Amino acid sequence: MITTSHPESHNTAPVLTLRSVGFSASGREILHNISLSIAPGQIVTLIGPNGAGKTTLIKIAMGLLKPDSGNVQLQPGTRIGYMPQRLQMEATIPLRVDRFLGLAPGTDRASISGTLKEVGASHVLNSNVASLSGGELQRVLLARALLRNPGLLVLDEPTQGVDLKGQAELYNLITRIRDRHHCSVLMVSHDLHLVMSSTDEVICLNQHVCCHGHPEQVGNDPIYLEMFGRKGVEAMALYTHHHNHHHDLTGDIVRDPKGS
Amino acid sequence: MLSFVLFAILAGLILALVAGPLGCFIVWRRMAYFGDTLAHSALLGIAMGLLADINLQIAVVLACLLIAFALLGLEQRKTLATDTLLGILAHSSLALGLVMLSFTDNRIDLMAYLFGDLLAISTAELLWLAGGSLMTLVVLLLKWNELLSLTLHPELAHVEGLDTSRLRIMLLLIMALMVAVSMKIVGVLLITSLLIIPPATARHYATSPEQMALGASVAGMLSVIGGITASWYLDTPPGPSIVTTAALLFILSHLTRRPV
Repeated sequence: MITTSHPESHNTAPVLTLRSVGFSASGREILHNISLSIAPGQIVTLIGPNGAGKTTLIKIAMGLLKPDSGNVQLQPGTRIGYMPQRLQMEATIPLRVDRFLGLAPGTDRASISGTLKEVGASHVLNSNVASLSGGELQRVLLARALLRNPGLLVLDEPTQGVDLKGQAELYNLITRIRDRHHCSVLMVSHDLHLVMSSTDEVICLNQHVCCHGHPEQVGNDPIYLEMFGRKGVEAMALYTHHHNHHHDLTGDIVRDPKGS
Repeated sequence: MLSFVLFAILAGLILALVAGPLGCFIVWRRMAYFGDTLAHSALLGIAMGLLADINLQIAVVLACLLIAFALLGLEQRKTLATDTLLGILAHSSLALGLVMLSFTDNRIDLMAYLFGDLLAISTAELLWLAGGSLMTLVVLLLKWNELLSLTLHPELAHVEGLDTSRLRIMLLLIMALMVAVSMKIVGVLLITSLLIIPPATARHYATSPEQMALGASVAGMLSVIGGITASWYLDTPPGPSIVTTAALLFILSHLTRRPV
């Protein structure tokens, strides 16, 4: 399996460049000397253990946080489409999906239903946001990010709360979106094996860049194996064996034949 | 003879109309206790206004803002939880207000400020209420979608180009303004109830944020009419009667709510 950058990505200036970015909070260093760049049409995945600074790094990339050192350069005119992990809302706000998507600046009905169709969630157009399943919510959040016609999509754990099968589908969707919209993608993930086929570059982060490169390269890197290979694989094995069922998009429980 | 009752009803209706949509944000953003703290600090404003001999409404707005910014400053340190800080600010500002009031020449009716004195509202106070309410309503109407985006996900709103810190301060300002102009109606101890109970009542039927806001206005206005009528016939204090009616409506809505 060979993953290549998008054809158009060669010989063009990077969409986003981070140079020696450092960040600390309450006296603790969270990020140390991070440099990375994202070419047009390239998918870059940040991977690392909890507390590695992945979310902090994408917040710095989007300008939500100012780095203590180093600098961030976004190609002028690049719009960012941001897909957060979840919304800060519970059942207290009655909000339908169409209304939620309509809150993105400069959208109309046609683009809302078109985008929702593209992410495979047309059926929830009139549903209440609070009633969506994990996979449906992720798709709706992705639609909101896409509605801005972004040059750079930033996805914070796009498969959060989604079962393994749904995760693979979502990663495929992200690759298709990149191909169709020719946008770059910066995403956070915690599972190298699942993102492997849908990413051009993996950056393994643990406060600093441990290693980076093509997914196969990183998968065989001794530093990566040190971090995930021994402890991580055990944890991952535990995780995958936790479930004897998964949920389809409508939320129904589907029993796995293998079980636990 | 009836004119002061009409005055009272008019004042109450204006307040309820604006408290509906504003209260929705307080409910959605979980700012109930924050609103309460602002209301408690209003008494400090009265004392400051009397001692400095400035307009009381302006003094109350200033005191509310002082407390709000003190909270923002204290929250940055993150050594104490927000509810602890709110408790400290609410009660110490109320206590300080009472202490300071004892230094004035005591011509002030304390009960009127604590529990409201709707039937004694003056033309000037009614005009202040109408002006403050109109301003709040205009801000809410113009910024409705932006405030909704801010509430759902502040960082997403920021990435989509909204000035989130300005929106936050704007919300704070109109909250302080409404506390200041409505103090005379239900009193500092009961102000937040008019901001919270009607939206909670409306939540039981609403399917969109706008429905909830409108429903809250209607529920609040019904409470005002019911409370003042009860106060007229039963000779009960008007402020507490309005809040009791609002609470009864809430219970009724809870019993007859739409199945979700």
